[in-house]
Amino acid sequence: MISLHVNGKVYQVDVSNDTPLLWVLRDALNLKGTKYSCGIGECGSCTVHIDGKAVRSCTISVGEVQRKKIITIEGLPENHPVKQAWIKEQVPQCGYCQPGVIMQVAALLSQKAPLNADQVIAKMDDVICRCGTYPRIKKGIETAIQMTKREVKKS
Amino acid sequence: MTRRAFLKSSLAAAGLTIGVSVTPFGPRLLNASEIDSFSPNAFFKITPDNKIAIFVANSEMGQGVLTALSMIIAEELEADWKQLRVRQAPAGDEYKNPLLGAQVVGGSTSVRGFYEPMRKAGAAGRAVLIKAAAETWKVPEDECKAFNCAVKHAKSGRTLTYGQLCLKAAKLQIPQEPPLKNEKDFRYIGKSMPRVDLPEKVSGKAVFGLDMALKDLHYAVIARPPAFGAKPLSYDEKRAEQIKGVQKVLSVPMGIAVCAKSTSAALKGRDALKVKWDKGVFPDLDNDYLEKSLMEDLNKPGKSVVNTGEANKAIREANKKIEATYYAPYVAHATMEPMNCTAYVGNDRCEVWAPTQAQTDAREAASKVSGLPKEKVNVYTTSMGCGLGRRLTPDFVSEAVTISKAVGKPVKVMWTREEDIKYDVFRAPCSHRIEAGLDAQGQLVGWSHKLVSPSIGGVKDGIDFFCLWGLADAPDSPMWNNRIQYEIPNLSIEFLISSLLPPVSFWRSVQNGPNAFVIESFVDELAHAAGKDPLEFRLQSLKNNMRARRVLETVAEKVGWGKAIPKGEGRGIAQHACFGTWTAQVAEISVNKKDGTIKVHRIVAAVDCGPVVNPDPLIAQIEGGIIISLSTALKEEVKFSNGGVKSSNFNDYKILKMSETPEIEVHIVKSTEKMGGIGEVGVPAATPAVANAFFNATGVRIRRIPLTPNIVMDALKKV
Repeated sequence: MISLHVNGKVYQVDVSNDTPLLWVLRDALNLKGTKYSCGIGECGSCTVHIDGKAVRSCTISVGEVQRKKIITIEGLPENHPVKQAWIKEQVPQCGYCQPGVIMQVAALLSQKAPLNADQVIAKMDDVICRCGTYPRIKKGIETAIQMTKREVKKS
Repeated sequence: MTRRAFLKSSLAAAGLTIGVSVTPFGPRLLNASEIDSFSPNAFFKITPDNKIAIFVANSEMGQGVLTALSMIIAEELEADWKQLRVRQAPAGDEYKNPLLGAQVVGGSTSVRGFYEPMRKAGAAGRAVLIKAAAETWKVPEDECKAFNCAVKHAKSGRTLTYGQLCLKAAKLQIPQEPPLKNEKDFRYIGKSMPRVDLPEKVSGKAVFGLDMALKDLHYAVIARPPAFGAKPLSYDEKRAEQIKGVQKVLSVPMGIAVCAKSTSAALKGRDALKVKWDKGVFPDLDNDYLEKSLMEDLNKPGKSVVNTGEANKAIREANKKIEATYYAPYVAHATMEPMNCTAYVGNDRCEVWAPTQAQTDAREAASKVSGLPKEKVNVYTTSMGCGLGRRLTPDFVSEAVTISKAVGKPVKVMWTREEDIKYDVFRAPCSHRIEAGLDAQGQLVGWSHKLVSPSIGGVKDGIDFFCLWGLADAPDSPMWNNRIQYEIPNLSIEFLISSLLPPVSFWRSVQNGPNAFVIESFVDELAHAAGKDPLEFRLQSLKNNMRARRVLETVAEKVGWGKAIPKGEGRGIAQHACFGTWTAQVAEISVNKKDGTIKVHRIVAAVDCGPVVNPDPLIAQIEGGIIISLSTALKEEVKFSNGGVKSSNFNDYKILKMSETPEIEVHIVKSTEKMGGIGEVGVPAATPAVANAFFNATGVRIRRIPLTPNIVMDALKKV
């Protein structure tokens, strides 16, 4: 039995240590927002947060993430600035890669030293979008940063 | 749930239901009792809570079709957008696309094929709701006005909501020719409306094919031959079955399937098979062979497709004669969601959940493999992670049905990324030889073109127009105008089918993509030979083609055509018409002559697609088309070796990334012409615009895509 801490809940799953986290999230925990696309950490569709960092869940085993805090797209609040910005800028086309893209951006925006839009955009080659939403992803990043700043001001 | 059960449950609640079924004789509007027998392409239901549910049969692939078709209905229905719920309808017998004659999403036909039928359906709803209100109040209908889900009688100040009227309206006869709104009064059509499918795509809740969850679902992966036609020599079935979770190993037509309780167990089981394969039917097949074969075929006689005037004579007698050969390679779809399908074959029914663009074909495939008649096969369309044309081929459906039938359980077949690339049905490669003649004034007088390509489908008298799209089109093609736009007095086009082994099929914009690269690169060569500006040269052979002229003139103006650009940079222009839409693009690039890399700085595009339903997703479609085109212009080529596909994943089949994406400007040319397609039309012009910009920057013409650093360095060295 493996114990996993996902989106604030603790799950016990009966899988071997070397099983990729992606398949446990999808098949065992039914958290299907995290997508399979390449299986080798090249495309970023399976990106989740592990202790706050963006990680490709297809190339990390469940054994490596026990006792770590895992957040998936389902665990990112619906009013999160990146999710809101993605609607405002109408970013997705087919939408398949977007959970991974959103998690990548959300992790970059939550770093202690705040990044500006160009610095975030410079780290976006970790994710691939075949529909070609890159121009909208750029706009989404800029809008999410503005929203985050506004939230900080409010609080 | 069966399709019929779905319809029943959707129709069960009391309310006003109107459907539209598109027949070869025009749209037929349906009431609730007819919907079950005449599967509608779309239907809506207004319930007493004043809510409207719209069901659309066209596949949503990210192009925004659910939203666009709902906007058209809402416009004529005078619906309140906030009261709408839009859902994808399951596959039925006759959800046929009026332009394609089957339930299929391809050829950029969804919005233009359904524009008029959807308007009529909405207008019929408005008409019966107004009639119901007028009868209630005993006032003339023309004193009543519908707006935002309510009918108002201005004279008496009375209002009834659609919710209050729907039960009475449901009893009235649905008019087949309801009056349509004046286009001046449109409040949804032509305005950017947010996509209805986006909230769940952002929250992660959208259900794609791979996300299907069913009780007792089994997961299957297939070990497939590494070379074309290879057969298994041996494999360790026992070892695979010892893996925890593996349920069954079975031989299927496409390889050896491992069926398990989880995806990871299925994958482990497949590894454990350790299959040994023979060398296949053609072990020497590799990229060199494929390219050489296509180029050599240019020397064989082809079949005449177009022959107007006397091309050979005109070229022979021309002041200047120019000749060139071109090549475009195999390209993969590489949709982000790999191929997959979930199926359950029971005793007397077969259920299929598939990310498919072609429900009619999927249903036929499932019927054939399951042995059940089509009436007992239901196909449900899931969300799909890109379509790009790959999901028109139902190979993944046949597999899931085969395995489910064999194990008697619901089965999800998943292709890994490696399989998705290796067993793709690729964009067809092609070779071209063109000769053209210019008169003393630099005017194009003759053009003789030979194209060789493997057949994509639909060969008639030795001609496959899918391969020719962009150059020549079938006389009765519904796609409209997929032909060379230039006014050429003497034009000859020949075609030859190549018999190369790797399978090919439809790829976004079909062969308009590679053919536009060839035509527009060669036109640039002609402009250079004529000593003319590339824009001026194009316009002089498009004297009567107002739509082509307007898009060219628009991009030229927006980009500042003719203004100087920094040294080392280049600017290129191209135009292309396809699927009833006209486009032009300008690319601005720079070339690093030390390492051969090309940086695309900016693409400016102009589009004339006639009336626009939803502008923002339309612009997104053009942006996406440009980006995938740049990807094929700069990076993509499937590698073959040892008789099979060598490319395997995104590490060796690279596609365009964020840092390689230029600034993109899209200008929609206001137009009242016939509505054209959008999903595919952004693709063709971007590639030749870049190739022409490369020539502008370096003085070197590359007649082969992709313009990779190696190919660029070789070309620069040759000079």
